[in-house]
Amino acid sequence: MSKRVSLFVTCIVDQLFPEIGMATVEVLERLGYTVDFPADQVCCGQPAFNTGYRRDAAKVACRCLEVLRNEEFVVVPSGSCASMMAHHFEELFAGRPELLAEARRLAPRVWEFSKFLLEVAQVEDVGARFDSVATFHDSCHGLRALKIKEGPRRLLANVKGLTLREMDAAEECCGFGGTFSVKFAGISGAMSRTKIESILRTGAATVVGVDASCLLQIRGALSRADLPVTAMHLAQVLASH
Amino acid sequence: MVMAEDLESRFRKTLADSDLQAAVYAGTGLLMQKRRAVVSPDVLPDYQELRDHARALKEHALANLDHYLEQFEGNVRAHGGKVVWCRDGDDVASFLVDLAREKNARLLVKSKSMTTEEIDLNEHLGRHGLEVVETDLGEFIVQLAKARPYHIVVPAMNMTRYDISDLFLRTLGVGPETVPENQTQIARAVLREKFLAADIGVSGANFLVADSGAVVLVTNEGNGRMSTTLPKVHVAIAGIEKIIPRAQDLPVFLKLLGRSATGQALTVYTSFLSGPRRPGEVDGPEEFYVVLLDNGRTRLLADESKRESLYCLRCGGCLNHCPVYRKIGGHNYPWVYSGPIGSVIGPLYRGLERDPWLPFASSLCGACAEVCPVKIDLPRLLLELRRDITDLKSRHGQEWQERSGFRAWAWVMKHPRIYEMLGKMGSFMLRPHASGHWLRRVPFVLNVGPLRAWLSERDLPPLPKRSFRELWRRRVKGRENHAAR
Amino acid sequence: MRRDDILRDVRSALRRTGGQPVGEVPAARLRVQPADVESRLRQFCAALESLAGKAHCAASCAEAFAYASKLLAGGTAVASNAPFLNTCGIISLPGVRTGRFEEAHLRSLCASADLGITSADYAIAETGTLVILSSAEEARMISLLPPVHLAILPSDRILTSLDELFSILPYPAEKTSSTVLITGPSRTADIEMTLIRKVHGPGEVHVVIVKT
Repeated sequence: MSKRVSLFVTCIVDQLFPEIGMATVEVLERLGYTVDFPADQVCCGQPAFNTGYRRDAAKVACRCLEVLRNEEFVVVPSGSCASMMAHHFEELFAGRPELLAEARRLAPRVWEFSKFLLEVAQVEDVGARFDSVATFHDSCHGLRALKIKEGPRRLLANVKGLTLREMDAAEECCGFGGTFSVKFAGISGAMSRTKIESILRTGAATVVGVDASCLLQIRGALSRADLPVTAMHLAQVLASH
Repeated sequence: MVMAEDLESRFRKTLADSDLQAAVYAGTGLLMQKRRAVVSPDVLPDYQELRDHARALKEHALANLDHYLEQFEGNVRAHGGKVVWCRDGDDVASFLVDLAREKNARLLVKSKSMTTEEIDLNEHLGRHGLEVVETDLGEFIVQLAKARPYHIVVPAMNMTRYDISDLFLRTLGVGPETVPENQTQIARAVLREKFLAADIGVSGANFLVADSGAVVLVTNEGNGRMSTTLPKVHVAIAGIEKIIPRAQDLPVFLKLLGRSATGQALTVYTSFLSGPRRPGEVDGPEEFYVVLLDNGRTRLLADESKRESLYCLRCGGCLNHCPVYRKIGGHNYPWVYSGPIGSVIGPLYRGLERDPWLPFASSLCGACAEVCPVKIDLPRLLLELRRDITDLKSRHGQEWQERSGFRAWAWVMKHPRIYEMLGKMGSFMLRPHASGHWLRRVPFVLNVGPLRAWLSERDLPPLPKRSFRELWRRRVKGRENHAAR
Repeated sequence: MRRDDILRDVRSALRRTGGQPVGEVPAARLRVQPADVESRLRQFCAALESLAGKAHCAASCAEAFAYASKLLAGGTAVASNAPFLNTCGIISLPGVRTGRFEEAHLRSLCASADLGITSADYAIAETGTLVILSSAEEARMISLLPPVHLAILPSDRILTSLDELFSILPYPAEKTSSTVLITGPSRTADIEMTLIRKVHGPGEVHVVIVKT
């Protein structure tokens, strides 16, 4: 197995949380991988797909297929984007056999970050250190589409100095939901506050997640409420030492 | 990005009502907890297998629905009952009005039936001078309050004991009584009189069993039994999709329904009713009618990709687990069916144009599909409806701003350098307003559209000075320089 | 005709023709776990008691009689004509009315009685459930109208599960117009999710199982 991976950084990480992208790279490099960043990548098309604009989503997804055509391992620091590429591209290209075949070829090469570490790199301890009481937020796509639940917890359990406490509403949606967050901002905001209350009940200083869109929502809500809790991506925690 | 202002203000009102929020969150939370306890692997190890089997049975039954409907009808008739086929609520109401006239009936008692709510049956009958009394405690309360059911399984979930005390005082002249046990006894007494005096008992049906011509009712209170035992005439009203092939299929469905709905292995009463009383039987109805209702189901049946929404057992599980339902509650949905299933079948039954916002009022978290006893893929259905609605709007020239917005977005997303440039511009415009912290306010001219909506509820990160790809390029360059030295 | 219209629409929706045979039917899934009478009894009693029902294992019909007598305690009761009740001598209890009544008469008796006594065709151990088929011997309202319901049945009628019930009774409709599964006392949680018993049906359910 080669030790080269390609990073599909996602538009949210690229534009809003570049530090998450860098942390992802650092962890992968620490594990001995060479990380490529195909520069023509932009977006998986999920925002359009979720809002009903499949033709527009398909245009963007098409570009994705081109950019990632020859990459053996595509590591994605986001469960929702990974799930879009691995599960929904097929729906977008239903009537177009060549693109459908490409989408099917891509699906098994897409790896959400934590799954890559556990199943491909086969590591549970990346030698990280992060002194904090933390809690973990189960992102919906990661949890339900990619069955990500125990994995990140195992990785976090091996982080020196980290105490993990479960929140009662870990599996409840943070309220992002793509364009839902702006179309139904009131409901989305209320959901984010319920999530924050659950976080606060754990007494944790840090909430960890595997999806940057959730972190955008949660961080935004924490900031609005002037709360000192930090929201971090798993990659950032694992990159710490 | 259009949401009617009154819709938004209704949501805001509901979200600001902390008592209501607490009641709904706690009520649904309790039902979630109870369900989890009885479907866990140590309690029900074959839970997933049962779901698969139940789904396979529904899939088969609906794919061969004409056959099973005919078989059902034949068996109902063989046992002395009659089947009445109804296209819509008007048909059902006419049938009942004519029947009541024929029997000189004045008083009808009703056991809980969402199908009858769907067709506003009580209103129809009321206009013809018939007294229709809801006998499920929650529905009784809702009827007195002249409200709609709040939840498929717990109709008065939004009401407190104090609301109920006021209601009983106002409508029954009894009380004030705020103790739930006593309130229940008040209802028991009032309704018992009605059961004993009623001419016709109307029920729904949880299942229609084709090989037996039987109607299955799953209840807890006893009103289902009362309504179908005491009056001389029993009319069961059910959507055609309630068909299951065999009585022997019931264990699978019964094992799932109670658990998914209320965390009960079995509800207190499960009635398997096939026809009027047999010779020798002392009690039970003398006449038995099953009303088979279409009301849009045949249209839904034809749409293969949406057909699975007809598998619904009306357990309410998706409502309980839906983070959106748990915030906005049942009354913010436009129709009698709320929550995720309501967001799918509402538009499918009533037309996409009617409440085009509804399928979008979801974060697509998928909790509903995870708990659905018959594995209806609700998120997929919502996504398809979103596609159907945007296509429809496109054909009618509506929402062109959003459409052109996404077209432009798609174009940008295919041109990395343009995307990067726009990102830099956005960063340049917004960063100054963050002043070191996350962005909370922006100048009036920028406070529009999605940005405004986002900022109405939470902060935005100050767009970083350098995007990831820019950092990457620097890093690569840095390494190249380093290597060159 | 509505019937023809609706069936026609169903067929066209499914692309089926009248009289077309069905596709392959998924096999009925019935899993019957073997269990001896002792464990069924234990399971039944535990299940019923967990629902605030009362379960009593009687060694003899006489014991069942004694239980009924104690429960009745000078009140009035209506008993069904189930042969097993006769075997237990229930009809000789003072205050018990039984026999062939006109429906109206039976109704007024049941509406005013303190106790309704029936047998049961089966019991289901897994869930603490009584299975009662309506018949000339078992009127429906006896287990429904009075505030307390007592069922007396022999232990050889206890089945393990719903699966077993539908294995031995695949076509209930052939036997009766009404098969009722009763699992504990009437209840609701409609008011503030508070669990309350005795809504419309009996608020107390007692089951005496006589070991055969």
